[in-house]
Formats: sequence, structure tokens, C-alpha cells
Amino acid sequence: MNAEMLRVRNLRVWYETLAGPVKAVDGVTFDLMPGEKFGLVGESGSGKTTLAHAMMLLIKPPCRIKEGRILLGDQDLLNLSQEEMRRVRLSKIALIPQESMNSLNPVKRIKDQIIDGIVDHSKNLTRKERRNLIRELLEKVQLKPEVADMFPHELSGGMKQRVCIAIAISLGPSIIIADEPTSALDVVVQRQVMMTLGRMQESVGVSVLLVGHDMGLMAQFVGRLGVMYSGKLVEVDTVKNMFKNPLHPYTKLLIECPPSLKEKREFKGIPGVPPHLLNPPPGCIFHGRCPKVMKRCLTETPDLEEIQPERWVACHLYSSEEKI
Amino acid sequence: MTPLLEAQDIKKVFRSGGFLKKNQTIALEALSLQIPHSPPIITGIAGESGSGKTTLAKLLLGFTGPSEGKVTYKGKDLEKMARSERMLFRQEVQAVFQDPFEVYNPFHKVDHVLTVPLIKYHLAGSKSEMRKIMENALEVIGLYPGETLGRYPHELSGGQRQRIMIARAFLLKPRIILADEPVSMVDASIRATILKSLLTLKKEYGISLLYISHDLTTTYQISDNILVLYKGSLVESGDAETVIKRPEHPYTQLLISSIPDPDPEKKWLKEDYLAVDQSSNEEKNEKNACKFVDRCPHAMAICRQKIPPLYRTGPSHTTRCFLYKGAEE
Repeated sequence: MNAEMLRVRNLRVWYETLAGPVKAVDGVTFDLMPGEKFGLVGESGSGKTTLAHAMMLLIKPPCRIKEGRILLGDQDLLNLSQEEMRRVRLSKIALIPQESMNSLNPVKRIKDQIIDGIVDHSKNLTRKERRNLIRELLEKVQLKPEVADMFPHELSGGMKQRVCIAIAISLGPSIIIADEPTSALDVVVQRQVMMTLGRMQESVGVSVLLVGHDMGLMAQFVGRLGVMYSGKLVEVDTVKNMFKNPLHPYTKLLIECPPSLKEKREFKGIPGVPPHLLNPPPGCIFHGRCPKVMKRCLTETPDLEEIQPERWVACHLYSSEEKI
Repeated sequence: MTPLLEAQDIKKVFRSGGFLKKNQTIALEALSLQIPHSPPIITGIAGESGSGKTTLAKLLLGFTGPSEGKVTYKGKDLEKMARSERMLFRQEVQAVFQDPFEVYNPFHKVDHVLTVPLIKYHLAGSKSEMRKIMENALEVIGLYPGETLGRYPHELSGGQRQRIMIARAFLLKPRIILADEPVSMVDASIRATILKSLLTLKKEYGISLLYISHDLTTTYQISDNILVLYKGSLVESGDAETVIKRPEHPYTQLLISSIPDPDPEKKWLKEDYLAVDQSSNEEKNEKNACKFVDRCPHAMAICRQKIPPLYRTGPSHTTRCFLYKGAEE
């Protein structure tokens, strides 16, 4: 097993616009342990996809990494050259993109798309070895070997998604970043795909960073969860703790709001809208929508602090007294 | 009394292919549905992609005619309506679609989508009256006219745009609004406000709703009745509470158990009775068998021999499954 720890330190990813920088990811710090399933939730526009892409260094101008470190083992990915980073992608960190159904090339057969990355990472394989490898990978994601000779349009959404998982694990990476891998799928298919991903995670020992907005899916899949709001991590905790006793007011709302099948009730949204990131308000970024807003929140920005072992939260309700 | 909108045993077949190879896809079959004049009700239609939800929407809106059966509005067949009746139908049955980004012309201000129907139906005598109607409609939906009118679509959020579409449907004073996946493209926190405004329309303005979605949780929250479709057939229908709390058809049970529960203690990934469905749609069109038989954990011999009829299993509950054979058909 080649598991390595991924540490993200104070990462800032900004979109440079004419009107000023849009701070899509603003000072994010977290660890991804070897073999761990970590979730990242947030509303659209909270910067979760930007963060996922930044970790692969896949961002394009006007977006750029302003500061911070992304450490894979001992190696800082930000110090690598383009070519070196290209080697790291797929072999060490693989991405399952959002709408991966559209990320497959429509005019190439599945087998060619699976083998493409492997060949590019300069593995010299005979034709027979390739065929066996493809079959093995397809088997791992529970697809029939015949799928190898098909084109993407012949597959259903869930099957395409599983092909993407097969590609992601093809070089045995230590980290898979799955960016809303099931947002376009039906619930039944979603469950099948998540089961496949879960099985991969267990058998290969790869760590998975699951990015999404569905709290239910997170509760069922990941072990630890980070909550993002307007480019900042506001809470990081184990899923069990977080659902039992959420700390940050935003997390509380996120857990309470979604409609469930248990009972009919009043529709409750989170009042207000997220702040504009071009011109974020001073103080706590959530204060405009927070039900427990205090005077201090308007001026002072809370830091992400470890208030109990393994429980991190950025909120003045819990921050240490000395600062007041 | 004749129902307001009624579908009588409709079937829609799409044909493709030429001389050599003919293909038939049955998009929808043997479906009946009624929306009464009063009281207003919200009917939820749930099913996965390819279950015929959107085909049903198109048929009910009269965009396309059924291959068999008929759709009637106030007792009149949609396909045989006179021009004036058709105009009235178009006014009284409104639609809200899935994508709040594509329905707008980016070169026009959002006012455009509101003024066009008002002009077309001569609902406003003057400019100021028109403005008043528009402002009123937006307020009912929970938008501030000052923040939305006069803006371009790109200046508004997805949630605002979707609510303007609902306001547009509302200002024509419809009897029925058909909403096809109205909240699937907006954020969870905004979803609640949109659903709330749909409920207001029912409660305060007596508008019936057809709510089409693949998401059972929102469908359950908003609907009075639920129909569950699978591969073009109605598999289960009934009052929302009954269908969700005591689902009878194995497909409905599968759907409900597949929704990830926001409770980490529950085991969602473990139970594994659904075989991965790898066959494509065409192979599935066997003539005389239950469409769900290949995935069904309770499949019996009879399920492969004939199509199950709809059994009446409760006062307002019907299920298309041989497991309930004792019940009245």
C-alpha cells in the first residue's frame, strides 16, 4: 500500500477579476489521513470545487493559487513543475470530475480511454497485458468485459461513472478526489456507484475526498466531514459527532434543513444568501445569516480552532475566552 | 362532474428506424390521471430518468398527442380543441421547467418573460396596470420587484430566476401549474423557499399542481398524492403519506431505501439486494412480463408470464404487483 498523507495548509485560491480578487478558497487547512474517507460539503459557490481542482493544480487563469501549501507526503505539490505535476496526477492523486459522464471522449472506445492514462505514465505493456489490465479494472468496478469495446453513448450514466472510477484507480493512486460524482444520477444508481467507490476505498486502501452538497450522502459515506462556507472551512469533525452535536450554527442549519421522508413539515431554508466574495463582509463571514450572531462576530474573524480533540470549529461561540 | 384535467389510459410510443429495422420505444402506457376542479391538489410524479415523467408532462400540456387514449381538459379532448378553447387551455394550464438558465433570452431583461404573456392575453389595459400585475405576482412568490424587475437574467441567481418563472405562470391566473423538476438545479437552501411559494399558490390561490421529480423527499413534502412511474408504467399510486410510509411495490421500496439518510448510524451502503442493472433499455421491452422483474427481489414465475394489473390495495392506494393478487383489480 502506498498511502500518503495529504496536508493542505492555509490554501488561498483567488480569481483575479477586473473588479478585484474573488476569494473562492480563503485560508483552508485540513489533513487527509491515509485510507480515510473525508467529505467536503457546502452550498454552490462555497469554493468546494475550486478547492478540489486546486489540489490537482488543475485551475486555470484568472484563477490562481495565492498562497498556501499542498503537501503530499513530504512533497509540496506547488513546487513541482508542470511536467512533474502531470506525473503525480492519476498516479498519486486522481480526480473523478463532476458530470464525469461528459468527461469521456464520445468517439473513443472505453478500453482506449482507460489505457490512455496508463500508457502515458510510461508503462510499457504488451497488448495482452493491456487487455488483462482493462478487464481487471472493469471487473473491479463491476462492469462486464464487453464494456471495453463499447462507446460512451452505449452506457448508462451509472456505468459511465463506474468507468471513470476505473480510470481513477488505474494507477493505484493514494488519493481520489471525487467531485460530486453522483449529482446527475438517480438515487438507486447513486447508491450503486457509491457502493463501488466504497468497495474500492476499502480494498485498495486509497483515501477519498468526497466533495458534495448532500448531507445524507455524506452521513452515509465519509468518516470525517469538513463544512465549507464562502471559501472557508467553518467546521471539521467526525461525521458521528457532527450529526449528533453540530457546533457551528451553519452546520446546524445544514443538517436540519433538508426535507426528509420521516414527517411532513414546514419548508425551512437557510435565510439570506451567501455574501458576495468580491466584497466579503468584515468579521465572521456567516454573520449575515447566523441565528446566533453576536456583536463580536461583526468585526472579528473567528479562526478554525480545535476546541476538543479532532473537533475543529470557526465560531466565536466556542472560541477561547482570552481573546475577548 | 368531469374532472378539470384528465388522462384516460394514455400510451405514447416513439418509433424510430426505417425500412429495414423498426424500433419501438414505449415511453408511457396505460396511465390514467385526474385533477378535480376542487379542492386544489398537488400530485407528485416520481420516477428515475427514462421512466416517462417528461413524456407525461408533454402529453398533459398538449405538446404532443398520445398514441392511444386521450387527454381532456374540462371534458374536451386536447387534440380536438377549437382555437379559442386552446387559447384558454394554454392560459389555464401553465408550466415551469427544470432549467432556470436556459429559458431566458440573455439579451432581454427579465421583464420580457412577464410582459409577453400579459400582452398576448390582453390581461392589462395600460402600462401601469401591467406593472402592477407583475409586481403583485412577484410579491406573491416572495420576490422583491425592486430587486428583480429591470435586471438581466445573468444578474439574478438561479433561485430568483426559477421563482420568476413561477411568477410568470402565476400571473396568467392558471388553474393548474405543471412543474417539471423545478428545484433540481437550485441549491438545497433555496429549494425550500421555492417549494414554499408553490404551496402558497395552492393554499391561497386554489391552483392545482403537478409536481414532477426524481427526488422522492421533496415530492413527499409537497404532494397530496404520489404516482410512481417505472419504465413507462404506473407502478404505484396513492396518498403521499401511505405511499411513502407503507410502500408496496418493490420498486418504490427500493427507491425509498436508496435515499441516503442523514444519520450516520444507519447502514445504507451495506444492504445489497439490488443487482447492478447492466442491460440497456431496448432489451427490456419484453411483451408479457412485469418490467421490474429482473431487479425484483420477490420475482415469481407469474411475473415473467404476464403484465401485472393495478391492484387496489387500500382506499386510495393502487399497486401494479402480483404480490397483492388477492386485492381487487
